[in-house]
Amino acid sequence: MKKLLFIALIALVIQSCSNESDTKLPILGNRHPVERTVDGKTVVDTIYQTISPFSYLNQDSLLVTDKDFDGKIYVADFFFTSCNTICPIMHRNMLDVYKKFKDNPKVKFLSHSIDIKYDLPSRLKTYATKLGVEGNQWEFVHGSRDSIFNIAAKNYLVSAFEDSSDPQGLVHQGWFILVDTKKQLRGAYDGTKSDQVKQLIEDMDKLLREEAANEK
Amino acid sequence: MRNRLIFSSLLLFTVAILIQSCQNEDSINYKRYYVNGKGIYEKNCQNCHGVDGKGLGTLYPPLTDSTFLLTNKKKLACIIRNGQSGQIKINNIVYQGQMPGNNTLAEIDIAQVIVYISNSFGNKQGHYDQAEVTKDLEYCK
Repeated sequence: MKKLLFIALIALVIQSCSNESDTKLPILGNRHPVERTVDGKTVVDTIYQTISPFSYLNQDSLLVTDKDFDGKIYVADFFFTSCNTICPIMHRNMLDVYKKFKDNPKVKFLSHSIDIKYDLPSRLKTYATKLGVEGNQWEFVHGSRDSIFNIAAKNYLVSAFEDSSDPQGLVHQGWFILVDTKKQLRGAYDGTKSDQVKQLIEDMDKLLREEAANEK
Repeated sequence: MRNRLIFSSLLLFTVAILIQSCQNEDSINYKRYYVNGKGIYEKNCQNCHGVDGKGLGTLYPPLTDSTFLLTNKKKLACIIRNGQSGQIKINNIVYQGQMPGNNTLAEIDIAQVIVYISNSFGNKQGHYDQAEVTKDLEYCK
């Protein structure tokens, strides 16, 4: 009887463990159902929101497009180099995440500057170097006004806009957006809160496990 | 003789109490400055310089170098009010950037935040009064 109880307990523990690693991150954003016919039967597919193709210049003045993020998961955010409100906090936290996943070929970081006028690639390079970031695992990108503000609002669902009533003229939210290899949104974390950044690190590990399982 | 003894001991006692009460007021003042200074720091400085005063990379310099803060003590009020640009060297690391000034802070606020900074992050410089801020601000470049 005791043995049986023991086995049952072990089984329970194992199950609870496997359950944990099986839970997947939700897919965020808009979605719409699409009907199609397979073998004469109608099936409904859900089409999830994905990040549209983009093309920017990074801190080395090199072209960066969505293709550079194929097969990788990445974290995106919006900032500008002269921002002294939430950006330093965000990038202090992002730097911790970056160090955690440094040199992992499956992980990238994408910081969009919303200061179109001043944050040219050379200035982004200075910023990245001072932050202690080398190479291109973490891309700091410069783009046209429309492309940056559109992709923020429509794709990453982050509010960012120019506002003349703000002392610095630019307003944006501090979200870190986690994107999977299918360019779907899988998580949004307040980059100014350390507990949410910790959650991001855990969720990235989880997402990497999911992506690895999908590859098999 | 006896009266004299009583008188002098009373005098000594009064002086001792006076000195003690002065010290108490000083330390109360210091504590008041420090606590208020912490709040001002959190609102105006912490984003860049950090909770622990360590700055961020070479973007924002740390406030943990006690030599720099000590040798530039008289410039701190001006830096806080008018900002700073150009090159500075802290712990042998060069920082080049621009710190925005803050002209919304009153002299008392500046004094309080200086007391907080110069007595945190490994610094221990003691009290710094509003009157000294007024004096230091006259010599801003």
